[in-house]
Amino acid sequence: MRIPCPYCGVRGVDEFSYLGDATLVRPDASVPNAEAAFADYVYLRDNPAGRHRELWQHAVGCQSWLVVTRDTRTHAIEQVEAARDIAAARASGAE
Amino acid sequence: MSTDRYSIFSVLREALRGHTGWKPAWREPEPKAAYDIVIVGGGGHGLATAHYLAKVHGLTNIAVVEKGWIGGGNVGRNTTIVRSNYLLPGNAPFYEHSMKLWEELEQDLNYNAMVSQRGVVNLFHSDGQRDAYARRGNAMRLHGIDSELLDVPELKRILPMLDYDNARFPVKGALRQKRGGTVRHDAVAWGYARAADGRGVDIIQNCEVTGFRIEAGRVVGLETSRGFIGAKKVGLACAGNSSRVAGMAGLRLPIESHVLQAFVSEGIKPFIDTVCTFGAGHFYISQSDKGGLVFGGDIDGYNSYASRGNLPTIEDVAEGGMALMPAIGRVKLLRHWGGIMDMSMDGSPIIDRTPIEGLYLNAGWCYGGFKATPASGWSFAHLIATDTPHETATAYRLDRFATGRVIDEKGVGAQPNLH
Repeated sequence: MRIPCPYCGVRGVDEFSYLGDATLVRPDASVPNAEAAFADYVYLRDNPAGRHRELWQHAVGCQSWLVVTRDTRTHAIEQVEAARDIAAARASGAE
Repeated sequence: MSTDRYSIFSVLREALRGHTGWKPAWREPEPKAAYDIVIVGGGGHGLATAHYLAKVHGLTNIAVVEKGWIGGGNVGRNTTIVRSNYLLPGNAPFYEHSMKLWEELEQDLNYNAMVSQRGVVNLFHSDGQRDAYARRGNAMRLHGIDSELLDVPELKRILPMLDYDNARFPVKGALRQKRGGTVRHDAVAWGYARAADGRGVDIIQNCEVTGFRIEAGRVVGLETSRGFIGAKKVGLACAGNSSRVAGMAGLRLPIESHVLQAFVSEGIKPFIDTVCTFGAGHFYISQSDKGGLVFGGDIDGYNSYASRGNLPTIEDVAEGGMALMPAIGRVKLLRHWGGIMDMSMDGSPIIDRTPIEGLYLNAGWCYGGFKATPASGWSFAHLIATDTPHETATAYRLDRFATGRVIDEKGVGAQPNLH
């Protein structure tokens, strides 16, 4: 498996470290049921067989955090985006 | 006359009449319209559950539905190791129960599963690790489990081929459980299938669950690729795919599916007669009765349902092997494969009821499911039959993550950067 890093080009998977599901959103700690929301956030996963958006870091390269869209059945990579772009879009309300 | 019971006499009798009297080990029934209990997943755990439901609890109106064929899933994709060298109170009695069931398995099933108590040796490389293993060994003894701490001269008698003076991980000794060992994994599936079938359980292969029928919060049956099957109770034992199947019932689990690779070399003369784990180097090894070296390492470390891994992990495992026993360097790899693991978030399994009435969950076995097969089946059968958890499996609750009662045997779960 090779991941096309937007900054470094196509690199072997051993240069990257994996964090998991990129679609999880940290809950608001001030809401009444925050404890349950945090338990879900920390422990529960969709774990799909198929399209999965996930966080990788190019740890032995440029150290950028990436959001990789990958098929968990075939390991085929559909899209790689910089996590900071997605975070910025989320912060501005675009996503 | 057909041969129902396997023995030395049945083998001799069949040898004299050209092996014409053997019957298929289990029937291939059409699914009935409804059963009292349907087990989803015809792997080791599902078949063991059906066997103990029939044998211990006297329930026989049971079907096991399997999307593939018996022995085609993770029960045939592991490295066949059995052991009960666990530290924590929630785990040790459960795995020791499993170990005791392994010891009587072949007589119970009337099936040769090649149970071989050749010992499991965990190496340590520093004073700190020695202390940790001494603690583990003492915890095991307090639970009535055999354990012994070996120093280097004792270890050299068992494993003379190790590189004891490795610069990074010099071998300083080991913790051994002599009663641990290996069991032929597909014979376990076949043996449980045959025994369950003999007590009237329907084993339905090529039958994939496509949905659940749930009425007023209670499960009433399953939609499958072979039609609707009614059920008063449904037990899920489909580790690797637990999230997918439970998702059809609207459940979201504390599980990620990861791929774990394993390897077999070409057959060689007797080389290693125990199971040896080199945790520091992500490598463990044993030798099969055919002579192949059976070895593996860590999960690849990313979500996968692909049943195959990638080359960096193969290199990592091979490097671990070469660091520990340079003598295997010229041995050729015969085959390698990947299995899909239910990586639970604390590294421990789940055997529990679900929020849906009549739906029970057996999942989250990480890379330790095979050794647990008999106790998992026993405990899951107990839960399904009596609606109370078995005394050795009370810690494996589904809600333990939300309530903070996680079982951190290794201190890691699915999170790959902690491995």
